[in-house]
Amino acid sequence: MIQLLAFYLFAALTIASGLFVITAKNPVHSVLWLILAFFNAAGLMVLVGAEFIAMLLVIVYVGAVAVLFLFVVMMLNIDFAALRAGFIKNFPLGILLALVLLAEITIGLGAFSAGGVQIGTADGSAAIPADMSNVEAIGHLLYGKYLFLVEAAGVLLLVSLIGAVVLTLRKRSGVRPQVIPRQNARRPQDATVNVKPEVGKGVSL
Amino acid sequence: MIGIEHYVVVSSILFVLGVLGIFLNRKNVIVILMAIELILLAVNINLVAFSAFLGDLTGQVFAMFVLTVAAGEAAVGLAILVIYFRDRGTIAVDDVSHMQG
Repeated sequence: MIQLLAFYLFAALTIASGLFVITAKNPVHSVLWLILAFFNAAGLMVLVGAEFIAMLLVIVYVGAVAVLFLFVVMMLNIDFAALRAGFIKNFPLGILLALVLLAEITIGLGAFSAGGVQIGTADGSAAIPADMSNVEAIGHLLYGKYLFLVEAAGVLLLVSLIGAVVLTLRKRSGVRPQVIPRQNARRPQDATVNVKPEVGKGVSL
Repeated sequence: MIGIEHYVVVSSILFVLGVLGIFLNRKNVIVILMAIELILLAVNINLVAFSAFLGDLTGQVFAMFVLTVAAGEAAVGLAILVIYFRDRGTIAVDDVSHMQG
């Protein structure tokens, strides 16, 4: 009972915040709704016992991706009203396409429910072990059977990291950058003088 | 009791909302990127639900890789957005074809 209640709560909130993400006037609000959607999706995943993905969703999406979105939205000075000009114009076509897509998915789901589609059974090589927590079981899989996929994911992240840096790096003119070799070559005896002025004479620099 | 169908329904609605978001906010790249995140979230819900109901962890491992790709995509997409804005002073994408060359 409580599980059913929790499911409907999370599902309704996920869908509602998804709707607000795409209809909010201000992109900052969109990002905040997106965060709510991710939290509720994480709740949905906890309900079926996938704690690891739920944690990852909160840490990676809410902690990193959503904050990145917020940074960009707030950093760029954008006239958002002008960007919404096509909203009404695109509305009928968008709704039509969405309805067609939803109808297709419904038909597919209906066919699946009717029992005509065999989705097969798991071969048991990655069966959920009864004596381990979800995190532990996924850890065994990631660093065992799927080790090379983990490495590939790491390479992918490295590539996107370097890509993002290379894309946004720019050479600006009119700045006075530090020249490290010159700075290192400088010695105290070249840069400073030791004077002993007489009283009342002053120093010429 | 909650079945796999419940989860598939939620994820398909979320997927359709993401697609709708791309069409409704055709000019605003930031919201388009967020709509793509919604689509990937729907895919992840589907993967995790099937993984749990079939009793096989592979789906959850795969969802993790989808998450990795989504994070990388968001980073590179926003970097492109930043340089586009620096170049043109706007993020209206209905004339992105100016970017060539």
